[in-house]
Amino acid sequence: MTALAALLVRDMRLAVRIGGGALMGVLFFLIVVTLTPFAIGPDLVLLERIGPAILWIGALLASLLALDRLFAADHEDGSLDLLLMGSAPLELTVLTKALAHWITTGLPLVIATPLLGLFLNLEPQAIGAVVLTLLAGTPALTCIGLIGAALSVALRRGGLLLPVLVLPLTVPVLIFGVAASNAAITGSGFGAPFMILCALTLGSLVLGPLAAGAALRQGVE
Amino acid sequence: MALIDLANPTRFLALVARALPWLAAATALAFACGLYLSWFTAPDDYQQGATVKIMFVHVPNAWLAMGVWTVMSIASIGTLVWRHPLADVAAKAAAPLGAAFTFLALFTGALWGRPMWGTYWVWDARLTSVLVLFLMYLGIIALWRTVDDPSRAGRAAAILTLVGAVNLPIIKFSVDWWNTLHQPASVIRLGGPAIHPAILTPLLTMALAFGLLFVTLHLAAMRNEILRRRVRAMGLMQAHAAQGA
Amino acid sequence: MLRLSATGLGCVRGFRNVFNDLNLQLSSGDALALTGPNGAGKSSLLRLLAGLLRPSAGRVAFEGDTDEGAVAERAHYLGHLDAFKTALTVGENIEFWIHYLGGEHDAAPALAAVGLESLEHLPAAYLSAGQRRRLSLARLIAVSRPLWLLDEPASALDSAGQEMLAGLMRTHLARGGMIVAATHGPLGIECKELQLGRSNQ
Repeated sequence: MTALAALLVRDMRLAVRIGGGALMGVLFFLIVVTLTPFAIGPDLVLLERIGPAILWIGALLASLLALDRLFAADHEDGSLDLLLMGSAPLELTVLTKALAHWITTGLPLVIATPLLGLFLNLEPQAIGAVVLTLLAGTPALTCIGLIGAALSVALRRGGLLLPVLVLPLTVPVLIFGVAASNAAITGSGFGAPFMILCALTLGSLVLGPLAAGAALRQGVE
Repeated sequence: MALIDLANPTRFLALVARALPWLAAATALAFACGLYLSWFTAPDDYQQGATVKIMFVHVPNAWLAMGVWTVMSIASIGTLVWRHPLADVAAKAAAPLGAAFTFLALFTGALWGRPMWGTYWVWDARLTSVLVLFLMYLGIIALWRTVDDPSRAGRAAAILTLVGAVNLPIIKFSVDWWNTLHQPASVIRLGGPAIHPAILTPLLTMALAFGLLFVTLHLAAMRNEILRRRVRAMGLMQAHAAQGA
Repeated sequence: MLRLSATGLGCVRGFRNVFNDLNLQLSSGDALALTGPNGAGKSSLLRLLAGLLRPSAGRVAFEGDTDEGAVAERAHYLGHLDAFKTALTVGENIEFWIHYLGGEHDAAPALAAVGLESLEHLPAAYLSAGQRRRLSLARLIAVSRPLWLLDEPASALDSAGQEMLAGLMRTHLARGGMIVAATHGPLGIECKELQLGRSNQ
């Protein structure tokens, strides 16, 4: 098994074994969706209209959950030092951890979306649109979150620091994700926002690991 | 055999081994009777047709959803106040079962409502309360899985269960009040028409069947948990013994 | 014959000048003990050699290498923390490091070398402090790298463990490896000594 494949398997194993595993993110997602009607009322027509937005916000918040432990856990037991001493480039190591996080947190959110769409009275076409945009956008959320996770390792303070750092950076992904979903529902103009969403994801796949790698090198000193 | 003997895990395992086959048989018998009565002797509803018979599954599950939380609450008091050795085992074993019954209640509720509402889900007071209960079950299960040491997990879960028990009436009241604020377009009550004797017998039989199912599964789950803890203890002893080597 | 040389190393931690203009040379089979009071810079020097800390001046390299990153890839770093995951078994922990750091050996012989072979399938959470230290040492056996950078390796080990550690170090040196170890007490092997915390050379 190659070095990065071993890291991927290890991180996925840990994600499943520790705490509630992948289902914690999905549970949080479900709670956010459940809370919304309590605040805005059970009007099914209104819920259907803002459904894509609620699903996107829920997925965004749930994605950030496991991120603060991404590097902190390794830093606390001394594994992070050793991860930096492998032969693989640090950026690829970081990208591998991001992939493990997306598979165990982001992907389950995408899979849970149809069920949650039912709660919000969304039509199948709308659900499909949201699933597709989340599939394209959640990797971006993970990679952007990577930067905050790496920075907060250095700073050694937990709590809301990571979300505060990361959420503003995710605004473009949110904008184009919801815009693409709504465009698919109304039936016009899906292509443009979706392409931009994909471009944002591809860009973050490069920028995220680069920035996170630099932050980690600072962080272990 | 005195009740105090149940506190001894080994005696408890012996009791469960003897009782389980009988309980399983009783459960199967109760389901056979209940399903027969539900299907053949209960009348169709004039408005909903045969789909009203889903209530024979939905209502017992909803009762059990609440009932299992009560069982967990009693077990939690056992953990915190009486320090009964099997109390946290009982609580831990009950949580997934309660979550399953709650999920079935939601699922059958959605199926029941679909022909009437046109959607699988409406945010009506009763369904929403059950959904919140489901979330609380999942939270308890998550807490059990997060803390490694079984006895610490037991105390934490006991506190959360009792807090939940106090909160559930408050949540129910709030959700009812919230529902009256926003009058939905059509008011369909899942309770159906007034309880008719022909409906009562199948309903109670199915409730008994599901109750027996819970008891059977719960005892089996408790047995599994005790065995799991024994495996863990043996592993710890093996690690400790290897230090001398 | 491998040689490690560090020239003109300087280290600054938190606005404090820990040491400057430090030189050291090691050849295959050499062991260097770092001694000195706490805060003298022993751990910092080890992390510097491992590439985890950037020096304020100077460089570290293996003889003949022009790429400084190569030291990190040819060294083992054993810090105060044991770098294992409690959610994995003992065997899974070692196997991960074998695959990640590029070792050619199997987990079982490495665990046997440190006396943990009977615990391979147990969760690592069940280990005592001394056993956790041994698990870290098993990593050094499982993956062959010429340079060992050890920060107080004997801590948490009982006397039997310390003897085992000395044996492992002797074997490593006999095979042409190099060791730099920070320690408060004797290591049990022949070594040169570098004292930090005085006016450094």
